[in-house]
Amino acid sequence: MTMAKSLSAASASRADSRDAVIQVSGLHKVYGNSVTALENIDLSFMRGQLTSLLGPSGCGKTTLLKIIAGLLEPTSGEVLVNGKPVRGPGPERAFVFQDFALMPWATVLRNAAFGLEVRGTPKAEREDRARHYIKEVGLAGFEDKYPHELSGGMRQRVGLARALAVNADVLLMDEPFSAVDEQTRRKFQEDLIRLREVEKKTFILVTHSIEEAVYLSDRIVLLSPRPGRVAEIIEPDIDRNVDPDMIRREPAYLDLIDDIWRGLRHYVE
Amino acid sequence: MTFYGYRIPSMAALLVWAVIWEIIGRFELVMLFPPFTEVLSALGDVVTTPSFASAARITMFSYLAGLAIAIVFGVALGMLMGLVKPADRLLNMWVNIFLSAPLSALVPVIMILLGMGTPTVVATVFMFAVWIIALDTRAGVQQVTPSLMEMSHSFGASRYQRLRIILLAALPEILAGVRLGVIRGVKGVVIGQLLVSIIGVGALFNLYSQNFLMAHFWALILILFAFALSLAAIVGRLESRVEYYAGSRG
Repeated sequence: MTMAKSLSAASASRADSRDAVIQVSGLHKVYGNSVTALENIDLSFMRGQLTSLLGPSGCGKTTLLKIIAGLLEPTSGEVLVNGKPVRGPGPERAFVFQDFALMPWATVLRNAAFGLEVRGTPKAEREDRARHYIKEVGLAGFEDKYPHELSGGMRQRVGLARALAVNADVLLMDEPFSAVDEQTRRKFQEDLIRLREVEKKTFILVTHSIEEAVYLSDRIVLLSPRPGRVAEIIEPDIDRNVDPDMIRREPAYLDLIDDIWRGLRHYVE
Repeated sequence: MTFYGYRIPSMAALLVWAVIWEIIGRFELVMLFPPFTEVLSALGDVVTTPSFASAARITMFSYLAGLAIAIVFGVALGMLMGLVKPADRLLNMWVNIFLSAPLSALVPVIMILLGMGTPTVVATVFMFAVWIIALDTRAGVQQVTPSLMEMSHSFGASRYQRLRIILLAALPEILAGVRLGVIRGVKGVVIGQLLVSIIGVGALFNLYSQNFLMAHFWALILILFAFALSLAAIVGRLESRVEYYAGSRG
C-alpha cells in the first residue's frame, strides 16, 4: 500500500513525542497463554488531535483503548499519560462506551454528572457543569428524563456529556456510534467535529468504519489483525472547516476511503 | 377473561370456589368443611379474641424479624456469589440444596438448638426465605453489564460506590427474589409455629383443631392467605416500578 502521507509507526512516534498526551511503548497484550491481541505497539497521541484506531475485528483496537484507559493491564510495555505511567483509570482520561453504560435508575442530569459525583464535587456545582454539557451535546430539555425514555443516539449523547463534564484531557471513545442508526450517526459525527473546535480536547476513537475514521480524524492508525500490530499511520489531508456535507463529497475524502479499503480488503477475504 | 362480552376480573374464580365450598359444607358431607358462610362469620370471632391479637403480634414480629435478616443476609450472600467466582463455586451447590430441601424437617433441629420459642420461628422464617433471595441476587449481579462496571471504574468510583451501582443495577432480580422470599417466609412462620405449637398462630391452630372448631380453623387460614398475598402484591408493585431497568440495561 502506498500513500503520500503515510509514515512508519516508529518514525511517527519519535518525531511527534514532543507534544504527546499519551505515549504507548512496546505494548504487548496476550490473553490466556496463547491469544496475542496486541504485539509491539508504539504510538503517540498528539494533544488536541483526533486519532482513530481503525481495523477489522480481531485487531485489538478496543483492547488497546482499554489499556490506555487503565481498564486492562498490558502483558508488557508501558502507557504514559502526560509523562506519567498508567496504573489504572485516572481523571485525565474519560471513556465513552459502545453500549452507553448509563445508569437506568438515574436521570440524564445525574448520569451526566456521575463522574463529578464520584469525585465528591458539590451538588450545585456538578449539576451546573452537567447541565452545560447536556446543552453542548444538544440534549437541553431532557435533563429529567430517564435513559429508557431516550433513543440510542440520545443515550450516547448523555455518555458524551458525562465524559466531557469531568474535564479530562483525553476522551477515549469505543465505537461510540456503532449502536446508533445511520442517520443519527451522521448527525452525531458532524456534531463531534463542531464539538472538537469548542472543547479543544484530545480524542482517541475506536472504529471499524473507514468512512467514519476518514471523516473525523486528524490521524488514522491502521491496525492489522491476529496479532494486532500497527500496519500504517495515515494523516488525512481534509479541510473540515467547510460545510459538513461537502466533506463527504471531497475527492481527497473519497480517494482515501478507497485506498484504505484496498489495504484492508485482504484481511477480510 | 371475557364472558359473553363482559370482562370478568380474575378474582371471580374465587367466588366460584366459595360457592362450591358452601354447597359441600351445606350437605355436611365432610366434617372438616363447614359451610363457607360459617367460616366467614367465624372470621369476626377469631379476629376479636384477645388470643388472636397476641398471636398476631408474636407472628408478625417473628415473621418480620426473620424476613429482615433473610433479606440482609441473602442479598449479601448473593452479591458475594455473583462477584467472587471461588465463593460461587463453593456455595452455589449448598444454596441450591437448601432451596429445594424439605426445610420443615430441619425445624425440630432448630428447636433443639434455639428452644421452643420465638427464636426458633425467626430462624425458620429465615431458612425458608433466604435461599431464593440469595440465588436471585446472584443472578441479578451476574446480569449487570460489564460496561457499567467498567464505567464506574473508569470514572474513579470507590469500591463502596461500585458496590452500590451493582446493587442498584441488580435491583429487579433482587426484588423478584424478595417477593418469593416474602411468600416462602409466610410458610416458614406458619410451619415454625405449628411445630413449636405453643406460640402465635401455631398455638391457635392447635387450639381450634383439637376442639374441632373447623370454622375458626379455616378463618385463620384465610387470614394467613390474605396476609401472604397482600405482602407479595406490595413487593410486586415495587418491582413494576423498576421493571424498565431490565430492558434498558443491555
